[in-house]
Amino acid sequence: MKIGSTLNDGKATDRINDEIRRRNSDPRGIIFRTFLQLGLFLALLILTVLLVDVVQNGWGTLSTRFGDFLSGTLRSRSIDEKLGVHQGLVGSFWIAVTTAIVAFPIGIGAAIYLEEYAPKNRLTRFIEINIRNLAGVPSVVYGLLGLFIFVNTFGKWTGGKSLLSAALTLSILVLPIVIITASEAIRATPQSLREGAYGVGATRWEVVRRQVLPYAAPGILTGTLLAMSRAIGEAAPLILVGAVTGRLGTNPGFLDLGALKERFVAMPIVITEWTQNSGRDPGFAGAAAAAIVVLLIFVLALNSIAILLRNRFEKRRK
Amino acid sequence: MSGTVTIEDLQTAPRRVRKERNAKFLLLFTALISVVISIVLVFSLFSEAWDFIVGIDWASTWSEGWYPRRGLYDVKTLFVATLITTGIAMAVAGPIGLAAAIYLSEYASSRTRAFIKPVLEILAGVPSVVLGFFALFFIAPEIIGRLNEDASAGSLAAAGVGVGLLTIPLVASVSEDAMKAVPLDLREAGAGLGARKSVISSRVVFPAAISGIVASFIVATSRAIGETMVVFIAGGAADSAGYTHSAFEGSLTMTAAMASLASGTDQVKGEGLTFQSLFFVGLLLFAITFMLNMVADRFVRRVQERY
Repeated sequence: MKIGSTLNDGKATDRINDEIRRRNSDPRGIIFRTFLQLGLFLALLILTVLLVDVVQNGWGTLSTRFGDFLSGTLRSRSIDEKLGVHQGLVGSFWIAVTTAIVAFPIGIGAAIYLEEYAPKNRLTRFIEINIRNLAGVPSVVYGLLGLFIFVNTFGKWTGGKSLLSAALTLSILVLPIVIITASEAIRATPQSLREGAYGVGATRWEVVRRQVLPYAAPGILTGTLLAMSRAIGEAAPLILVGAVTGRLGTNPGFLDLGALKERFVAMPIVITEWTQNSGRDPGFAGAAAAAIVVLLIFVLALNSIAILLRNRFEKRRK
Repeated sequence: MSGTVTIEDLQTAPRRVRKERNAKFLLLFTALISVVISIVLVFSLFSEAWDFIVGIDWASTWSEGWYPRRGLYDVKTLFVATLITTGIAMAVAGPIGLAAAIYLSEYASSRTRAFIKPVLEILAGVPSVVLGFFALFFIAPEIIGRLNEDASAGSLAAAGVGVGLLTIPLVASVSEDAMKAVPLDLREAGAGLGARKSVISSRVVFPAAISGIVASFIVATSRAIGETMVVFIAGGAADSAGYTHSAFEGSLTMTAAMASLASGTDQVKGEGLTFQSLFFVGLLLFAITFMLNMVADRFVRRVQERY
């Protein structure tokens, strides 16, 4: 039977046939789709242009004096042979170590409590809402918190405007991220694993320790890696807790614990400082770009490992 | 004795009970730390900002500009600059992020998704100082400079575009989650009525996910308001700024003013109320972003309740 034959209007029959046969010509649909692709393409283009622009700017420094650049220090002139990022690397290294020591155990502990132990009451709901709100607080505001608590109130122990104050501030900043991602990983653990363990008489802690944590470990690790990458890329709170702008007298080694109580810089601060210096000494733009490449290598490596880990984790669960 | 089962045999060994109790208390303690942080945060903001509120000559908060060294703390300058950069940022991030989200949720094959999603996540992981550098050395001369030849080297427009790029992944991922949450039935019903894919996406999925999409815009706005380094580096003003409502001039946003106060020549703890003004601006910033986040949360909750 011919489609549309029940219609007595011949023109309508033709039109309906036309519509059905002309499967691929939907001009409005094509425009819509192209528009969407354009948006996506723009996002990719921006990332490419950004990376190319930064590498291009920094290539001069990176290709001619990479070793010296890594071991050099902050200088007042861009042509100084000893200009480099060593102090920044040391600062960022200790920030990463401190967040791992402080934020990860607290964050994972809080996530375990909220997912496995917490009764469904108002206190629990309050803690959860509170964590979500903390995750949305702008990073500069955490800087004020660090300034008030670590620099001023507990200055005697932290050394005031010190690397330790900065690292503790950033630990607080990433804490909500660790809690939220760890909670998600724990929640994804199958209930049957827990029930099996309870069935053979395990206590709650034993269930967490032997069943839940091993299963959720890759997911938790993903979150911690993302949190660490966020911490070493963050600059605003460091400025607030008194990162040095200008010259930093000391140049401690990587494992020098004494550096924790000294004044400090970190990679993002070095980049900010040199970018701003480029106004009076254009050579600093190249140095800033080179420092960005060094920072991006670390940040993107952490992010990529985290993404790969999560994708494998998700595949395993399916 | 043998053969009879006593209560002790059925009880968990005291050592295990003790361990269990210790674990519980320790974990509760870690969970409560986040509450302590919030309390300290609010307390520190209020206690220092209060000195500013009490001690300030209010005429100086509505004057010709933000000149902390001269005792002029014009909040209107900061508000307008923040409004301009945030507006430009959303004009950039909104359409691009939404288009990316619709494409990823409705059109992309799983292979395209497997490639595109990590790229967006990498863009989300780029530190804001890097975007600041990019805004100052690329966006300002190549894009803003071409739009307006009189634009200053760093400008609110350049900073706004930079902040926008930073928030694209946020808009994209939250919107995409909202659209993914729309049940397949709705799409199938649309297809059953003969709607084309473009119509299903724009007339069925989009309205069904609107709460989540609005939430993504609000979250992104809040993020843009709180973004510091891009505007600090590329905003075209240091330490102080006169009032302007032109996007092509340099000025200070709330966040940039805070960073300038903390790193400028006066340093934190300058004379007068500069130190306290830092906390005052921080308190305003905290209040604004807090309210936006609460509203966004409400919208997200609405999506979750419906589906």
